[in-house]
Amino acid sequence: MNLNFDFGSVKKSPALDENILYDVLIIGTGPAGLNAALYAKRKGLSVGMFTSKMGGQVVDTSIVENYLGIQQVTGEQLVEQFVAHVNALKIPILKDAEVLKIKKDEDGLFKIQASGFKIYRSKTVIMTTGSKPRKLGVKGEDTYLGRGVAYCAICDGPLFEDRNVIVAGGGNSAIEAAIDLSKVAKHVQVVHRSQLRADQIIVDKLKNIQNIDILLETKIVEVKGDQLVNGIIAEDKSGKTIEIPTDGVFVEIGYLPNNALAKGLVELNDHGEVKVNLRAETSLPGLFAAGDVTDVPYKQIVISAGDGAKAALSANDYINKMK
Amino acid sequence: MKLLNDDLRNQLKEVFQDMKDDVTIAVFTKSGTCNTCTETISFMEEIETLSDKIHLKKLDIENDAELAKAYDVQMVPSIVLLNKDEAYVGIKFNGIPAGHEINSFIPGILEVSGSGEQLPEGFLKQLETVKKPVNIKVFVTLSCPHCPGAVQKAHKLALENEFINAEMIEAQTFDEISNKFNVSSVPKIVINDQYEFVGNQPLEVFVEEIQKTQA
Ligand SMILES: Cc1cc2nc3c(=O)[nH]c(=O)nc-3n(C[C@H](O)[C@H](O)[C@H](O)COP(=O)(O)OP(=O)(O)OC[C@H]3O[C@@H](n4cnc5c(N)ncnc54)[C@H](O)[C@@H]3O)c2cc1C
Repeated sequence: MNLNFDFGSVKKSPALDENILYDVLIIGTGPAGLNAALYAKRKGLSVGMFTSKMGGQVVDTSIVENYLGIQQVTGEQLVEQFVAHVNALKIPILKDAEVLKIKKDEDGLFKIQASGFKIYRSKTVIMTTGSKPRKLGVKGEDTYLGRGVAYCAICDGPLFEDRNVIVAGGGNSAIEAAIDLSKVAKHVQVVHRSQLRADQIIVDKLKNIQNIDILLETKIVEVKGDQLVNGIIAEDKSGKTIEIPTDGVFVEIGYLPNNALAKGLVELNDHGEVKVNLRAETSLPGLFAAGDVTDVPYKQIVISAGDGAKAALSANDYINKMK
Repeated sequence: MKLLNDDLRNQLKEVFQDMKDDVTIAVFTKSGTCNTCTETISFMEEIETLSDKIHLKKLDIENDAELAKAYDVQMVPSIVLLNKDEAYVGIKFNGIPAGHEINSFIPGILEVSGSGEQLPEGFLKQLETVKKPVNIKVFVTLSCPHCPGAVQKAHKLALENEFINAEMIEAQTFDEISNKFNVSSVPKIVINDQYEFVGNQPLEVFVEEIQKTQA
């Protein structure tokens, strides 16, 4: 029995003050937001944060092996270190606060409304709302959500002990999910519509595991079931349909930007990602963005963190010019 | 065997310094068939030593049937948090709150001690209309990082309104009830055994689902 105590999130943080005009308000506390907060605070700016989930996607990652300087760490330990670093600077963080609206008024100041909370004001905003799992978009997926269709392998894996599961996808997160699941499930079938695109070092690990099989160039077209999932229907390259019985379908086919706040406010690209320039500026002056929500390619922790820092420094320049 | 190492003990002591009032942990177990009961008791014994404001009551679901009934305890191990007057405030953990669930259990103690943060005003208003009994079940696994968030929300709602009670249910230990509610993704939230949703959704979603039970 182990304990995964998260001191940083449980320890109370200072409150946000609606009477203060903040220099920077940051939406999101993933690697991008946390690093932005660190950099902004160290510049001497007044900073506040909003979050719906401390640590963002990193808490759902079992092991991180590509953050420079840390050879191997669990996602949650990494988050704990990030949060401890930010908490040491006494930055107010409004938790369980889903931001509903960012507004820039005629006076050039921003107002942020989070569900049920008061309105907070700032000179700049850094949006680091990250991304969420992409859905397969096939028949049955929504019907069986939470009834066999799952998007978090480390969360729901234990519920599939000694059962058969399918992992949809062929990137790093899919292969990692398959490896995690192979430890509890009876059998793991990876199904991917093209060739594997996960890092070689991860694919090599998978090849030594007995209870994982890979089916490539096969497209899932339907999730089937009764009360719970009992199989999928897929189509191979030649168009032939096959049916694979299974107890669970873990969908790991990439991510979609959390862009609800940005729609109608700033320019997005064709994928719905917030367009930013080299200085992390969006099309709306004073609003900066970093991390998975942006059109910066390659969604990684180190990249998001780096871009978060950049956004904070850029916001600092903007504030200096306002004076 | 001890679950807490020195680092963790110190962190928890620091967190418990924010406690306002005393809190009693009432832990229900049963001799014999219960696998995790011994472990749960020893875990709670360790927690008790970390603050003068924490008190432990060890109860037996059969011998203390009356209390079990008062707190609506139906499975073991089950932990009920009581306030300074040793009154039930609608907060329960079924199964050992270890793994990630320590992150809902510790804040739960703080909340019951009166040092939690208030719910945003908007929600307080909406909750005023809740006048019929509401039971919130939050199914979790101990390896789920975002489950404690859902448990905390449910518990906060229970504290805020006397008609609401909320319980964490560890899905692997209590597989019978999990199967009954078709739990295959966590957190899964079931309200009055009837309305359900999956995921650590925003408070609005909890409140919306609760309001369905009031019609
Ligand atoms: C299973 C998995 C494994 C991964 N493994 C690795 C790996 O090994 N190495 C690696 O480098 N990367 C990995 N990644 C990718 C990495 O996690 C992301 O690139 C990174 O977390 C992005 O950081 P971010 O800060 O941009 O966004 P996120 O981490 O997505 O954080 C977004 C934040 O915004 C908040 N938010 C969103 N909307 C709102 C709103 N409306 N109001 C308030 N708050 C809001 C969220 O609560 C959260 O705090 C993995 C991802 C997954 C899912």
